[in-house]
Amino acid sequence: MSQIPGILKGLKVTFRTMMKTLFPGGIKNPVPRPSEGALTVQYPHEKEAPPTRARGVIALHEGNCTACMLCARECPDWCIYIEGHKELAPPRRAGGQPRKVNALDRFDIDYSLCMYCGICVEVCPFDALFWTPEYEFSELRLADLLHDKERLSEWMHTVPDYEEYEAGSEQKQRKVPR
Amino acid sequence: MTSVLALDPAWWQETFLIKVPIGLLAVLLPAGTIVYLYLFKAISFMQSRLGPMEAGPYGSLQLLAEVGKWLQKEDIFPTKADKFVFAAAPFVVLMSTFLLVVIIPAGPDAMFVNLDAGIYFAMAVSSVSVIGILMAGWASANKYSLLGGIRAAGQLIAYELPLILAVVGVVIQAGTMNMQGIVLAQAEGEILGWGGIGNPFILTQFIGFFIFMVAVQAELTQAPFDMPVAESELVTGYLTEYSGIRFLLFFIGEFASAGVFSAIAAVLFFGGWYIPGIDPANDIFNVIGPLILAGKMMAIAFLIFWFRFTFPRFREDQLQRLAWKFLIPLSLANIALTGVLKVVV
Repeated sequence: MSQIPGILKGLKVTFRTMMKTLFPGGIKNPVPRPSEGALTVQYPHEKEAPPTRARGVIALHEGNCTACMLCARECPDWCIYIEGHKELAPPRRAGGQPRKVNALDRFDIDYSLCMYCGICVEVCPFDALFWTPEYEFSELRLADLLHDKERLSEWMHTVPDYEEYEAGSEQKQRKVPR
Repeated sequence: MTSVLALDPAWWQETFLIKVPIGLLAVLLPAGTIVYLYLFKAISFMQSRLGPMEAGPYGSLQLLAEVGKWLQKEDIFPTKADKFVFAAAPFVVLMSTFLLVVIIPAGPDAMFVNLDAGIYFAMAVSSVSVIGILMAGWASANKYSLLGGIRAAGQLIAYELPLILAVVGVVIQAGTMNMQGIVLAQAEGEILGWGGIGNPFILTQFIGFFIFMVAVQAELTQAPFDMPVAESELVTGYLTEYSGIRFLLFFIGEFASAGVFSAIAAVLFFGGWYIPGIDPANDIFNVIGPLILAGKMMAIAFLIFWFRFTFPRFREDQLQRLAWKFLIPLSLANIALTGVLKVVV
């Protein structure tokens, strides 16, 4: 007998949720409009804007990458493949020695292995990797999930700007390289 | 039944052209409506989501898509299964549903068979589904199936008693076991001398109605009484090894019996095809009666599914305790009270 109030309460919760979903206008405007009352979104037809710092896919700014391999080594899944070679670049000042720079030959992320931990983005010392909130990059073939550096660079334009720091902060505002 | 249509067909015409299609319609249409309205939509709304939306307007053709999917699937028999029993089990379950439809009155003449002991017949054939479920559990050669089948048998036998005892109260009050007689007793009844709305037995037999609905919930193995198919413990119990069309038959059986039991509850407690204001002998009830009955049936089926979507599963011992220690004594007390009042009043 002591269970009865709980039973009735449970029934009330489900019934009220149903009514709220079916009649979002409430008692004053009882027109069934479940599409407005439901908390869900009919995905392919309408999309929710993901939060700006959502971890969707990782973008590569190729110009900043020095092929230092830190990301590839820290990756728990070993899903980053980097190949590079040393090149001689013209000296900064006339008469100086030619500089040695690392040129990037290959930068692939295998998204069929990636677990979106973001360690590569955190560990990158040269601001070459960024999270973007884009999430629609599914493929029909598994092998197509291996994104090469051209594909990864295409995501760069979707990287959102860093948020403004709070007032009074003495940190220098970080900028996303465009 | 044929007298409704003012025809005089031969026996085979009556059977194959009228009774079989109408019977199929009477089983499949409520089952489909219940699945779409309640299993797909009401539960979704109760969880603040929309449910199927893609197949047809508001997902109304989703069930056809699901049926098409099931029909395409391979009909798998486990190697060690008892082939004949395994294949026959879903038909036994479905047969009990079809036999139940036979005695439900949808109008003064709109019914298949007018048995003198209609409700007795209904209670008898509703227990046949236990045999089908036990057959499925045993023949699958799978320990989860067997456990599910045995749980189902224990549960259905335990809840058969309160179900029947709850009906006894109605039978005492109506003074007949004939389903038409029960409807007419409610249509022609009077509440303390006032016959404006007849006397639907829900007013006097509300304890019986409560016991009946709880027992029906358990008979249909709907949550919170779904231990026989408890998916977290037994995979899906006696359904584990079934696929394709045989699973579909079990599925239809489950939801068609939900509709049929709701219809029986509508007849027993809400006056069946009768609505106040029209003389129950009026022939118009042969036309509007089925619609009235369907409306009452859907309202009662909503109760079943409302409970199903609200509560989590019982434990096996809690289930048995509820049946034997609470529902059966309560229903016996209800019978005693009804009997005393029948004699005194």
